[in-house]
Amino acid sequence: MTNSNIIDRSKRYTNPYLSGFLLGMVLLATFYITGRGLGASGAIKSTVVATVATVSESHAAGSDYYSKFISDDSHPMNNWLVFQVIGVLAGAFLSGALAGRLKLKVEHSPKITSRTRLIMAGIGGLLFGIGSQLGRGCTSGTALSGMASMALAGFIALLTIFGGGYLFAYFFRKFWI
Amino acid sequence: MTGPLIPMGIIGQGWDLVIALLIGMAFGYVLESAGFSSSRKLAGIFYGYDFTVLRVFFTAAITAMVGLLYFGYMGWIDLSMIYVNPTFLIAAIVGGLVMGLGFIAGGYCPGTSMCGVAIGKIDAMVFTGGMFVGILIFSEAFPLIQGIYESHSLGAVKVNEVLGLSTGTFALLLIIIALLTFFITRIVENKVKKVEY
Repeated sequence: MTNSNIIDRSKRYTNPYLSGFLLGMVLLATFYITGRGLGASGAIKSTVVATVATVSESHAAGSDYYSKFISDDSHPMNNWLVFQVIGVLAGAFLSGALAGRLKLKVEHSPKITSRTRLIMAGIGGLLFGIGSQLGRGCTSGTALSGMASMALAGFIALLTIFGGGYLFAYFFRKFWI
Repeated sequence: MTGPLIPMGIIGQGWDLVIALLIGMAFGYVLESAGFSSSRKLAGIFYGYDFTVLRVFFTAAITAMVGLLYFGYMGWIDLSMIYVNPTFLIAAIVGGLVMGLGFIAGGYCPGTSMCGVAIGKIDAMVFTGGMFVGILIFSEAFPLIQGIYESHSLGAVKVNEVLGLSTGTFALLLIIIALLTFFITRIVENKVKKVEY
């Protein structure tokens, strides 16, 4: 009895329209304070740049890509998005803790094994990493924030990310349904 | 106080990172409480069994868009100082499609994978590791990709300008489209076989 109550509670999420409104207000506040929107992939990029610069400073400085994100007066990890993403981890942890969702596990369809799920997650992350650099930002920084500022780039990101998902969904159905 | 506050110099640069942390916390809290830490919930949008992503995403984009227009109209914010993402047509389209492929394979996007990591999803941790490798591959292969990356630059162009509409008309049009998709996806969701997760 107690056990089933815990399961039910952990599946209780905020109403999506309310969540959307709250997320919109967070985004609006971000624009009002910083003049820019939210982001996520940029923080991972900073981590990559910092790692490469630590391993070989000359390699990073000599690259046309890494050097875009390296400046003399600040460390690549000491930037806005890195701190914002640390905040995301803390905020999500708090929400998960309050809802009873903290659990170390691999979430997957009963039709596939944990191992398959992890391989697909790794491949998906790799592709998303490449795509986010080519597309100059991910679902947060380009699609969501770009839409709010009416950037054409935001709407292209929305249509291609989700359109791409629908386009390829058929081939990946056995991993999900 | 006319925003944006930090670029206007109203809030000092020293507060930058504290604000980043607080905004990030609110962002993460809202995403996780909406269910975005679950890849199976996120993937629902692509198979029609759960359109939460669409509802949250569209509502958020419209709320912030209309909010910005209203703030600008009231003179609370200088809209010319708001960042508009530049469009590089080919890179945006190819990059977006690659992200779509990554989304359907991995079940997360970067922000939502962070939410998964925060509550202990091992698949989200692997996804994040994959992103690190992907960005490293892109960066190392940049000389090969640079041509595509920089081609067809349109600058920081706005969607309403491309369509020849005023900002207000475009916002209204998008609200109507959103309401229609909310209505249609509700019907689809009811017809599609339920998936337990």
